[in-house]
Amino acid sequence: MENTARVKSEEMVGRIDGRLMKNKVVKGIFLTATIFTSIILVVLLYRIISQGAPYLSWDFFQNFASRRPEQAGIKAAVIGTLWMMSVVIPTAAILGVGTAIYLEEYAKKSALTRWIQMNISNLAGVPSVVFGLLGLTIFVRVFGFGNSVLAAGFTMALLVLPVVIVAAQEAIRAVPNELKEASYGLGATKWQTIYRVVLPYAIPGIATGSILAFSRAIGETAPLIVVGIPTFVAFLPSGYLDSFTALPMQIYNWTSRPQLEFHNLAAAGIIILLGVLILMNSVAVWIRNRYQAR
Amino acid sequence: MALTAVNTTKNNQPVQNDELFVYNTKNLNLWYGDHHALKNINLGIKEREVTAIIGPSGCGKSTYIKTLNRMIDLVPGVKTNGQIEYRNRDIFSKEFLVEELRTRVGMVFQKPNPFPKSIYENIAFGLKIHGIKNKQIITETVEKSLRGAALWDEVKDRIHEPAYGLSGGQQQRLCIARCLALEPDVILMDEPTSALDPVSTLKVEELIQELKEKYSIIIVTHNMQQAARISDKTAFFLNGEVVEFDSTDTIFNNPADSRTDDYISGRFG
Repeated sequence: MENTARVKSEEMVGRIDGRLMKNKVVKGIFLTATIFTSIILVVLLYRIISQGAPYLSWDFFQNFASRRPEQAGIKAAVIGTLWMMSVVIPTAAILGVGTAIYLEEYAKKSALTRWIQMNISNLAGVPSVVFGLLGLTIFVRVFGFGNSVLAAGFTMALLVLPVVIVAAQEAIRAVPNELKEASYGLGATKWQTIYRVVLPYAIPGIATGSILAFSRAIGETAPLIVVGIPTFVAFLPSGYLDSFTALPMQIYNWTSRPQLEFHNLAAAGIIILLGVLILMNSVAVWIRNRYQAR
Repeated sequence: MALTAVNTTKNNQPVQNDELFVYNTKNLNLWYGDHHALKNINLGIKEREVTAIIGPSGCGKSTYIKTLNRMIDLVPGVKTNGQIEYRNRDIFSKEFLVEELRTRVGMVFQKPNPFPKSIYENIAFGLKIHGIKNKQIITETVEKSLRGAALWDEVKDRIHEPAYGLSGGQQQRLCIARCLALEPDVILMDEPTSALDPVSTLKVEELIQELKEKYSIIIVTHNMQQAARISDKTAFFLNGEVVEFDSTDTIFNNPADSRTDDYISGRFG
């Protein structure tokens, strides 16, 4: 009997060393990739911080843009970005989550919805300049908002909308069917089920995905340039139809000047921008932990 | 109001002659796309009895019970014809809102599915969606329902703690309590003990015996001994058809159809 067996345990045991070797090699490859990425990140951060940190001061936050680097500050850009985000966040969140709820909970799965779905995913990959052109045509020209907070905010909202929709859809899809059944089984309507079961369960995922998308709106420059947001602004907007500037515009402006001091100021501006992004991502993490702890 | 009262007495009168059906299924057919899952089902289910539906996997027993409260509507591509009457009302008619049907007919699912909320909130959920806001009424109903599901003594000190902290068996009894809070007429149970250990299963079975006093219960089970232990009537489903429907005693001791005999004696399924 044993001689006729095709599988011999002795042979298999003999191969273990080779298999373990492969195991080690693969681990090495992945580790190298991680180290390489980390080194690039550390070098970048080191360059920016060593260049920009000396310029970070209270005056830097307090001052408007100036032709003299020692007096130039980032106030208009920081406040301008906040103004813009106060348009982007509600617009993208309401449209995005609304669309996601409709597609996941109401729409029948048909060729049309599949086509819409495909287009939403494709939109997420469209270059941001294209969104800028769209914003320039529709919001700046047709609606006549000019190069205002509203025009830039709506443009950025459109830019991040596909990502918000897809993130919200995934979060909604992750709600266990059993919970929805429990709700329907008690005689709940569709809206009651969405409001009381689906959304509470999906909110951490929706918030995390959306905040990451909003971070992108903070850092994007190209659409702002196309929409015609000025780079040199020495005032704060007092309404949504006022002109303004934003952090990436200010940084872009400083890097394109010949004087070295302005490059250092740009580095300081990048530190501020990174700070804002880290802050937003922390909020995302906080929301996720808070809701998952229940 | 007066009219409703008259109706109730009228409806309650036939109870004495023991012929009151909660559900009457007439020539029901159901398709999932092209798959003919239920074939010409005719069943009359009586009030205050436990009716067990048994049969091998894929025989349509779960599909049938999900049709009774129209949970089957959630599955895309389902077509039905024929009739199901609940208390002499056609459940497929436009006038009979599905929300009303599911309020009168509670359902307990295969896997315990409490909401990720506190024990209290799980039971209050049903009341809140039906517009009951009075805290006192809700609190009283929560206690009454938990007592009704034989869970009160185990959880009374922690009703504001998450339901996920309960054991599987306790979670399933919580789901039963969640149904009871709406004072249903019928409780549908779709293999309610299949995810539970033997001790928890026994507790749920004992509970079903108690609930029978007040509610009509229809239970799908793949466990034949369970059907024999707890039910008054048993329907044996096979390949989407009702092979035999009779008193549980007859089905298990003296079945008319040889296929029923083969199934209950374990020759297939």
